[in-house]
Amino acid sequence: MSGFRLNLRDGVGTAIDSASTVTFIFDGKSYEGLRGDSLASALIANGISIVARSFKYHRPRGIFTAGSEEPSALVTLRKGGRTEPNIRATEVELYDGLIASSQNAWPSVDFDLMAVNQLPGKAFSAGFYYKTFMGPKMAGNRTTQFWWLCEQLIRRAAGLGKGAELPDPDRYGRMNAFCDLLVVGSGAAGLAAAELAANSGASVILCEERALAGGALTSAPDFIDGQLARDWAADKCRQLVSHANVRLLTRTTVQSYFDDNTFMAVERVADHVPTPAKGQVRQRAWNIRAKSAVFATGALERPIVFPGNDKPGVMLADAVRRYAVEYGAAPGKQVVVFTNNDSGWLAARDIARTGVVVAAIVDVRPDVSDVARGAGEDSRAKVFLGSAVTRAKGFRTLSAIEISAYNELTGKVGDTRDTMGCDCLAVSGGWSPAFHLTSQQGTKPVWDAELQAFLPGNPTQKWHGAGAMCGEMGLQAALETGAAAAEAALSEAAVPAGVADIPVVDGDRIDFAPAPVFEIYTGKKSFVDLQHDVTADDVRLAHREGFVSVEHLKRYTTMGMATDQGKTSNLTGLAIMARARDLPIPEVGTTRFRPPYTPTALGAIAGELYGHLKPDRLTPMHDWHVANGASMYANGLWSRPESYNRPGESVEQAYIREARAVRAGVGLVDVSTLGKIDVQGPDAAEFLNRVYSNGFAKLPVGKARYGLMLREDGFLFDDGTTWRLDEHRFLMTTTTAGAGRVMEHLEYHLDVVWPDLKVAIASVTDEWAGVAVAGPKSREVLKACIKGVDVSDKGLPFMGVREGMINGVRVLVARLSFSGERAYEVYCGAGWGQALWDSLLKAGETFDVVPYGLEALSTLRIEKGHVAGPELNGRTTPLDLGLGGMVSNKKNFVGAALLKRSAFHEAGRLQLVAIKSTDGQKIVGGGHLVKGSLENPGESEGHTTSTCFSPELNCYISLAMLKQGTARHGERLFATSPIRNRHVAVEVVSPHMVDPEGGRMRG
Amino acid sequence: MRITCPWCGERDHQEFTYRGDAAAKRPAMSDESIEAHQAYVYDRENPDGAHRELWNHTGGCRKHLVVTRNTLTHQITLCEPIGPWAKRLKAAAK
Repeated sequence: MSGFRLNLRDGVGTAIDSASTVTFIFDGKSYEGLRGDSLASALIANGISIVARSFKYHRPRGIFTAGSEEPSALVTLRKGGRTEPNIRATEVELYDGLIASSQNAWPSVDFDLMAVNQLPGKAFSAGFYYKTFMGPKMAGNRTTQFWWLCEQLIRRAAGLGKGAELPDPDRYGRMNAFCDLLVVGSGAAGLAAAELAANSGASVILCEERALAGGALTSAPDFIDGQLARDWAADKCRQLVSHANVRLLTRTTVQSYFDDNTFMAVERVADHVPTPAKGQVRQRAWNIRAKSAVFATGALERPIVFPGNDKPGVMLADAVRRYAVEYGAAPGKQVVVFTNNDSGWLAARDIARTGVVVAAIVDVRPDVSDVARGAGEDSRAKVFLGSAVTRAKGFRTLSAIEISAYNELTGKVGDTRDTMGCDCLAVSGGWSPAFHLTSQQGTKPVWDAELQAFLPGNPTQKWHGAGAMCGEMGLQAALETGAAAAEAALSEAAVPAGVADIPVVDGDRIDFAPAPVFEIYTGKKSFVDLQHDVTADDVRLAHREGFVSVEHLKRYTTMGMATDQGKTSNLTGLAIMARARDLPIPEVGTTRFRPPYTPTALGAIAGELYGHLKPDRLTPMHDWHVANGASMYANGLWSRPESYNRPGESVEQAYIREARAVRAGVGLVDVSTLGKIDVQGPDAAEFLNRVYSNGFAKLPVGKARYGLMLREDGFLFDDGTTWRLDEHRFLMTTTTAGAGRVMEHLEYHLDVVWPDLKVAIASVTDEWAGVAVAGPKSREVLKACIKGVDVSDKGLPFMGVREGMINGVRVLVARLSFSGERAYEVYCGAGWGQALWDSLLKAGETFDVVPYGLEALSTLRIEKGHVAGPELNGRTTPLDLGLGGMVSNKKNFVGAALLKRSAFHEAGRLQLVAIKSTDGQKIVGGGHLVKGSLENPGESEGHTTSTCFSPELNCYISLAMLKQGTARHGERLFATSPIRNRHVAVEVVSPHMVDPEGGRMRG
Repeated sequence: MRITCPWCGERDHQEFTYRGDAAAKRPAMSDESIEAHQAYVYDRENPDGAHRELWNHTGGCRKHLVVTRNTLTHQITLCEPIGPWAKRLKAAAK
């Protein structure tokens, strides 16, 4: 509780408005902050040190950084449906009424009972789960059972925040954008790049993660062309946005880098206000296609690992500097800087300038540059050279440190220890370039011994690095490389680059090279990955147990696998492993960063597309169905009537009534959903002859034929009738579900396999409405309303196709039967569908016509033994389904050759049969056919496919696939489903249960 | 990834459907051998580097095209038309 608000004046609190107070709530208590504060800076200014508890050990954690790389200060924001867990407090802009709460602590962050997890210490070390739960036996249980027992407890104890359980009330947007140049980062390098590109007339998108553009310039004490850095940056931004060809996106993180220079950036449009304005999106995902890109993403400071380094109060040096300078929030009353490089000394000086006491500077190096020394003198800090912080002490939060002599070459810590009181330790372990985006695209980083860091390697896509991101440290270098990168990028985008006017920097010129010190080892617990609670000893344990490859190290310890992807920890972990293996760091290797750069709300990725992302397909008669009691059923994307339920009637009662009515009289069913493909051209008949397994070449005009379509591998693909309307014109119908894939299949063969065939095809599914009129009285109904067609057996025989008129609507009528009864399919233009339906209903009135749904349709075809989707499941051949007669041996067709493969002709294949329930029980769909009992069923000999109650046979029936089924009619078996506790006695019969000779449909 | 459809122009890859190796050629209608068909259906090279493959512009003109893509970098170097109209398109381009 030692942070406080500084006296705000020029140069202290540059980012905040001292006159404007905002109130916010953290863990139920109300606090005051200032406009411009981040949640982190406001918490610091209010003296709150512990903001979270760690993932595994529930150790107190504070604020570690000042940016999106934050591993520790994760909070849950907002309430209700807007609840968002695991948000980095360092990135949250404070607004009036903001509500935040800490996570993973019970009952509170200050007093967390789960912190006992750290007592057994070693028990929860790396590999704990593997070792504990994958052994042979534990507590008399198989280990998986033991795991189930423990999982709930562990899941409750470990982890991060909880997600919202209510629907998110906010909207999310999506934008597509194209540009010549995308500039990521608006620091010195980014601004220099954007300026050159803007002046060259290129279209530029400049993305800045923070609300304020400028990057490191916003707190740099340097002058650029005589102007204070942050003023220069503000002026440059003003100039840039005045260009029509420049778009500056602040609060926008470029998250992902995909192939062909496609980027996803997420703009936090309304995260800095309590709720989005009416119609405003909360976040917007930008899909940016850039001809080239400049990455000016800077570098991330990394810590030095030492015992107790996770204690609240231990922070990165540059973060302490930024809190003091930009936010006027001092993280401590007594700051000590611990560094291995000169940038720590400059931080000490800048911190001291804001009025914070810098008590000491501890540097592992025995000697430092004059610039560092000068900065040290300015800060009036006590200087410890050749020394290291060997321990952070304090109850819950930092209260003192131990300092010992340190040999940077041997890593040896001196025997004597000085203890010094301090409540904030600012650590700098050097700088790691933020090349995450390039890594996402597979660029292998290369080691730089000078900077002791990885730099981005050679581009595999069109991008150029600038500034600290590619190891060019310092403002002058950033401005120069920014312009140079833009020039190179513009040539890729084919835009002639103008002449760069590179400003001159007046400020610190330091060498950023650090001493190669990553860890101060004394044998006590020190943390590498603060978010996943991975200790330096965990890394060494992985090494001892043989998980030495970087990929194994990562998975065994989970280092770098938390939501921050190890931004501040990966390199340190590698360095510790390298030391354990006695190898140079680059030989240990690196892992690849994955998109997104920071955790991204799923809402932003989904945008406006939620629910299922496809259209609802409704037939022209849909409204009538709904208005007439139909329960609707999703059949692929289509919505189809399941059955028309009368008051008090169940679906089963309704479909049995409907099916009975069809067999006794006549029924109408909407078949508009069937796939329909118009096939035209002089070679149309030849084409159909090649794609169907049965002959189509000689199909006469005015006739339809049922066809089987095979995949090239011999399996059944789809079926349907195709009608020859003219010498060169056919109307093909497909199954409802198969329409899309049949179309693709035909397109492929016409485009790629037989481009010489003169055939054109078009999907006309939506152009036609269709009604099937089925039942013994169907002819009477048709006769009563159709004009221009002789509906006698002679005039319209089975499989005949005619054109006629019904109540002024042109129709195509084909005499086809799916039900096994005399039946007709009547098609008309989709716009007339309802009119046709009405006409047929009216004509049927005197014959007691009933509309019937999918359930009755299915029942009728099961009784008849007609196959459909459940039998055409991609694992059956025509031979399996008793359709061998439809496989022509007089011609070649798609699938002909491979259907001859011997495995398709083996005796043990499953063949189509029907089964009848003999004990009155309902047959379970997907049940297995067995000889044994429910308890001891024996081997499965087949399975049920389509089941229903048959009104015609007055029992439950099912189509089924049974081993050698054709030869087993009459056999008694059981259809069993142990998971549903069902066991039904059945008799195997021929699938053609109704009118096997087909007299009803033909006559 | 961006694919330049010879008919429609440069489009996002989400508009396209991958249809596999363009080198797979169906045996002629006169060839009924199992081996030849087996090779057509199953045998595929898995090259590292340039790969000629079929794509269908399913969310656009629905025509097929032959895309030459580097399987290591996803870089697309060529998009050619295929099918009955390809010759005319090529002739028109000249």
